[in-house]
Parts: sequence; structure tokens; C-alpha cells
Amino acid sequence: MRKFLKILIFQSFFIIFSFNLIAAERSHDLLSPGWSFKGFFGKFDRASLQRGYQVYSEVCAACHSMKYLSYRNLYEKGGPEFSKEQAKIIASQFEVNDGPNSEGEMFTRPGRLSDNFVGPYPNEQAATAANGGAYPPDMSVLVKARKGGADYIYSLLLGYEEAPVGMSLDDGVYYNKFMAGNKIKMSNPLSDGIVTYSDGTEPTQEQMTRDVVTFLAWAAEPHLEARHKMGFRAIVYLLIITVLVYFSMKKLWSRIESKV
Amino acid sequence: MSDHEYTPKSKLGKWFNDRLPVLTLANHLTDYPTPKNLNYWWTFGGILTFCLITQIVTGLILAMHYIASADLAFASVEHIMRNVNYGWLIRYVHANGASMFFLAVYIHIFRSLYYGSYKSPREVIWILGMFIYLLMMMAAFMGYVLPWGQMSFWGATVITNLFSAIPLVGESVVNWLWGGYSVDNPTLTRFFSLHYLIPFLILGLVVLHIWALHVPGNNNPIGIDLKKPSKDTVPFHPYIVVKDLFALLLFLIVFAFFVFYSPNILGHADNYIEANPLVTPAHIVPEWYLLPFYAILRSVPDKLMGVIAMFSAIFVLVILPWLDTSKVRSAVFRPLYKQFYWFLVADVLVLGYVGAMPAEGLYLLVARIATAYYFLHFLVILPILGSKEKTLEVPLSLTEPVLGGSPKESMVRSKKEI
Amino acid sequence: MEEDKKTNRRDFIFTASYALGAVGVGAAVWPLIDQMNPDASVKALASTEVDISGVEKGQSITVLWRGKPVFIRRRTEEEIAKAKDVKLDDLPHPETDEERAKNPEWLVMLGVCTHLGCVPLGDKGEYGGWFCPCHGSHYDTSGRIRKGPAPTNMEVPKYEFVNSNTIKIG
Repeated sequence: MRKFLKILIFQSFFIIFSFNLIAAERSHDLLSPGWSFKGFFGKFDRASLQRGYQVYSEVCAACHSMKYLSYRNLYEKGGPEFSKEQAKIIASQFEVNDGPNSEGEMFTRPGRLSDNFVGPYPNEQAATAANGGAYPPDMSVLVKARKGGADYIYSLLLGYEEAPVGMSLDDGVYYNKFMAGNKIKMSNPLSDGIVTYSDGTEPTQEQMTRDVVTFLAWAAEPHLEARHKMGFRAIVYLLIITVLVYFSMKKLWSRIESKV
Repeated sequence: MSDHEYTPKSKLGKWFNDRLPVLTLANHLTDYPTPKNLNYWWTFGGILTFCLITQIVTGLILAMHYIASADLAFASVEHIMRNVNYGWLIRYVHANGASMFFLAVYIHIFRSLYYGSYKSPREVIWILGMFIYLLMMMAAFMGYVLPWGQMSFWGATVITNLFSAIPLVGESVVNWLWGGYSVDNPTLTRFFSLHYLIPFLILGLVVLHIWALHVPGNNNPIGIDLKKPSKDTVPFHPYIVVKDLFALLLFLIVFAFFVFYSPNILGHADNYIEANPLVTPAHIVPEWYLLPFYAILRSVPDKLMGVIAMFSAIFVLVILPWLDTSKVRSAVFRPLYKQFYWFLVADVLVLGYVGAMPAEGLYLLVARIATAYYFLHFLVILPILGSKEKTLEVPLSLTEPVLGGSPKESMVRSKKEI
Repeated sequence: MEEDKKTNRRDFIFTASYALGAVGVGAAVWPLIDQMNPDASVKALASTEVDISGVEKGQSITVLWRGKPVFIRRRTEEEIAKAKDVKLDDLPHPETDEERAKNPEWLVMLGVCTHLGCVPLGDKGEYGGWFCPCHGSHYDTSGRIRKGPAPTNMEVPKYEFVNSNTIKIG
């Protein structure tokens, strides 16, 4: 048993150490509001996700696509969990290109739940051209595609400042203290009161940032809640069976040791 | 293979076994006499078998949903992550499984180095193992290309460009590898095909690896030859099976932490950006398990020499059984070798660390020193040590007390504990 | 007595390990099986709307829905009469024409033979309906099986008339 405990302690140490090592390397200097979706039982804040979708659709979606999500995701479990009816209404507000029809013509129709999010531009080139040569990245997996993840996006959105004296910025370039090189081609997208929340939450810049980053974190990892839940069960199961197998092993080996 | 004749009890069993002796094989595997003093470092063989099977099964499944096409690969991975039932789980197990596989294989290799398992009569086991390791690196590299993210694309570009260092034909070889003038769709599809093939080659080599192991039998922490079967050995089943299982479960706990709570921690954020041939990520770093070789590659200022150094770093391991001239196997009885061994471990860790850092300034200097020491260890220290080192007295068997009640006996005993 | 207790405890631990191990293996295998089931994007595939304004009497169109052909036939008076004029006792799979066609003029059904999944040919067969060339099943003008190896009538999917010119399938 002593040895067993020793191994377990060593193992926990290894896990904690390696995780901290990598985590520490990633997130220095970034702002973090403390996310509800981190940790062993981390879950998304539904209200925040719904508000985040609002911020995304009213602000970000003007330039950023989100092509890997579909409207049905909005009501699926573990996400913003709008009602199916609400999701249908949201989908129907978008024009989707479809076709060809029986005459061979392309046509547009209102969006359906099975459709993917409609982007603001027909293709990457159009998006680049319309945004001064800087392609607004697709936001489907953006949180996973940036070092620092949710903290990074959160920091970036709150990191706009006056450029320090002596730094000259071209037209359409902005100063951001969290951007690599401090120069960013996206102007500060959020300011107090830019959206009106229907649930009465005060739309401060910080609040909107937190909401939209929560939404983006879900978009990048839609099965996060299921993963955390299954992970907890799996590890509890493994611990129990490990103890059982340990005692089975002790029993079996007792025959050998007695002979020695 | 078997030490004694085996006859199945039932008539049908006998009939079948006379025609295809699988029952004899099964009997050999269950009765296989295993040293009873094997410690937990010996459980990684079983763990590695588990890793290989897990990778093959999850890989097979991913291939059902993945589309090997430069236009669709990235989207199909997202499809797996979002839409396929439990697709996220299967992909995360496969991706982190690669890391766990390498973690286990490194422990397995360093165990062998410590206890001298590569020495006569086990050279062939060792060489087969090195081939498996080489194939693993190829499989891992090609697998990392398949999601067609930025790291996939640029990793593939950088590694395939290594071959351009070959004099005269380098350029043609690289174009041949790519099937074009850059990494593109033809490269992706052939990498997918090979990535699918290699695990089965590994499986074949693993069978040979185990076959070769069962000829002389396991080495053990004391490194002496044991009489088999004897009081020093136990049947593989159930004693070793249950112990391997226990170790595997502990290993799975670590595995589960990665899969469920930090599935992307060992990857690079850049690989969630779709491949773009126009933009190179700021830092191109291979997966952690290839970092030491990457450091060796970068520490040599000449292109061709760097590639040669990197491949030599593996080749030197292949010929290790003849570089280490000491007759004593286990480091337990080699006080000097034991110290050099830990130096080597530290050296490889340092190489891994500097491999992840930019190749400049102090890092580059450290990388060069560590690279030089790596080769020094195998090519100079080991051959000399064999003749110069004064080894401790080696016991004759596990059970017989050692003459003079030296501290070795307590060593022997502690290894018997579980 | 002492020995007995010991054996019992040992047995208990082994049995518990095996039982729990079996549960764990089962739980781990399920995702590997379930991944082959239709995924979330396939399940969500919505309905199809079909414009039927151009279909004349006695004509039919075939549209694709969930990867399968759907026959939409605008039947003639004669065909409708023929379909209604069948005794249920004569049918291997008794269904009235009213059950199969909400609006008798329009017959909407999956164009998949219930034998082994081939697509039957229209205006063929001994009953003036459909005939499956694979193994010779004959369907009548209501798509009901009359003769041949197919066990049931061709399936009628869920559909509705959105307006007089549009049918929504699914």
C-alpha cells in the first residue's frame, strides 16, 4: 500500500507539474476574468453564451465568418441552448445560397437549422479586399487557434490604448498592447452600450467582451461540457478499478512472496 | 519456442493444434517464465502494446470520417470534432495517444539503457525496437500533417526539405516526395496512405520484437541470466499480466487527464489555423517527442551536416550493443555508468528544452554542447567505460544470498516488492 | 474457517475486478460503435421543398430526399379509380388508397423497392404502376405491392402541401 501511495503521489505530482509548466508558459501577462468553463466541472454560463451570440451577430459578424457552426448548434445541448423555435427564427433571418434548381439557376432562400452560419463575404479574397488587406479570421476555432486561448482574446479586446509617443501608426492600424507587434488592423470593436441586452445586463465593454469570448470558447469546443462530465466519470472509474486490481495483484503475488 | 511439449486436453483441441499450433502458442505465452524481480519500469512493454492498439483502432475510425484533400481535410477534422458521434473523444484520444505512446516508448528505451537490456544475447530485440521507434516517428510526423493546419503544412515543408540537403539529387528527391513543387494535395494524400500503412508495419515488428524477446527471456534489474523456469521466475499469466494491468491503469489515469481536461495542451495553437502556403507561423516547433532530434539538427550550422547529425543520433542507438563493451548489464553494479546514465538523461532533456526555444544566442550554444555530449556518451564514454570501470560484485541468483552481505542484497530484495 | 474467509475475500476481489472491468470495456467500446451511426449533421438534414407547378396529369417527377429518390406522381382519374377499386383482401400489405394519398391527385412515396432497395420503373408492370427490374416486384397505381418478392408497399414519407404549388417533404 505504501508503494501504491508513493506511485499515486508521484503521478499526481507529474500531472500537476506538467500542466502547470505548460499553462504557465502560455498565459503570462494576459488578463483573465475567471472563466466558468475552466476546471474539472467547468460549464458555460448559458446567459452569457446567449448574450455572447448577440454581440457576435451584431458586431463581429459584420466582418468575421464562423463557417463551421450551424444554426442547429444554437439549440443543441451544451451550447447557448436557445429554444428550437428561437434558433429557427435566427436561421430564417439569413439568406442562404442554394441551387441549382430544376431550371439550373442558383437561388437564395431563408436559412434553416441545418445550414452553416452565413458569412459576411463570399470568399477569403473578398473579405481581405474589404478590410484593407487584412483577412478577418474565421472565428469558429479562433479560441483554440491562439496561444492563451480565451484569455488572449479577452485581453486583446480590452487591450486597445493610445499609441505610445513616438510610435507612428498608418491609417487603419491601431495600437493594442496584447497584439504581437502591438499593431492591429481591427479597430476597437466594442464600446459601452454598443448592443442592448434584452435580459437587462449592463452592456459595458468588459461585460460584452466576457460574453463574446465565452461564446467563442463554446464555438471552438462545443462538446466541452460533455467532455468534462465524461472525464470526471472516467477518472473516478479508473481510480476505483485501479484499487481493485491492486488488491487482486497483492493477493496473487502473496503466493510468490511466501515462497521467497 | 516452447521449453516443453504441450498437448491440449480435448480431442478437438488436439486435432486443431496438430494442424495449427495456436494452443501451443497460447500456452507458451501464459506459461512464459518471467523473472519475478521485474520492477515497474518493465511494465511499459505492455503499456506500449496497449498504445499501439489504441492508435490503430482510433485511427481506423478517424479514417472513416476524415477526407484526405487539401480543400477538405481541415473541414473534415472540424466535422469529426463537432458532428460525428463521440468524434471529439476519438480524435483527442488519437492525438494525445501519440504523445502517450512516445512518453511510454522513451521510458521503455531508457529502462533498457539503465539495465543493459540491449546487450548480448538481446541485440536483435534492441535493433528491432529501434526500427519500431523510427517508424513511430515517421507515423507521428505524417499523422500531424493530416489535419492540414498551419503547423501541419509548415512542419511537412521543413521536414521534407531536409532531403534537399542530399548532394546533387536533393531537389529531385524533394519534388518526388511532394509530388509537385511544394507541399500540396498530392503530398497530403500520400502521407495519409503511408500514415495508414506504418502502424501495421509497426505491429509486424512488434511481433518479431516479442518473439526475439522470448528466445533468451527477459532481462531483469539485476541483469544476471536466470535459470528458466525456476524459483526465480513466475509464469507470465497471471502474475505479470495483473501487474502490467495495474501499471496500465495508472498510465490510463494520466492519459485521461490529458484527453478530458487538457486535450490541446501538447499541440500547437497554430494548427487550428487552416494551412496557408503564403504565411509561415512565427515559431515552427515539432511535437515535443521530436524536439531532441530537432535540437541536434539545428545545432549544426551546415545544412547537410545537420541532417547527417540528426540521423546519426538515431543510428548511434542502433549500434549501441557494440559500443557498450561492458560485460555487466545492469547499472546497479556499474557505479560509474550509473552516473553517466543520468548525465545522458539530463542531456536529452536539455536537448528537448533547447529544441523548443529559438535557435539563437545562449540556446544555440547549449544545444551545441548538449549535442556534442550526446555523441561523446555513446561513441567515447561507453567504449572506454567497458574496460576501465570497476564493477561491483554481481550475485549468482536472485534467491541466493550474496557473499559478504553487501548492500546489493537489500537492493535485490526491494526489487521483489510490489 | 479462517481459510474459508480468506478464499471468500479473494474471490470477491477477483469477481469485482472482472465485473467492473467488463463495465469499463463496454463503456469504452460504445463510442467506437456509435460513431458509425448517422451524425448530428446528417440527422439535422432538413426537409426539401418541391415545386410541382409544372407537373401535368399522368406525369411524375423524382426528387432526392435524404439521399433517396422520392416519386411525386400526379395521377390521372383512371389511375385513381383503379387504385381505389381494389379489395383489401387482394393486397399482401393492406392499405387503402386514401391512407396513402392525402390528396388523391398526388401520390408521394419513396421510390425504393421494399425488397432490396432498387428503384422501380414507372408505368410498367402488370398493375399499371411500378415494376422493379431487380427481382420482379409489381406495384399498382398506389404504389402497393401486388406481386413479387417485396414484402410491403412503397413507403410514404412525411410530407405536406405548403401551397397548391409546393410540397414539403420531411
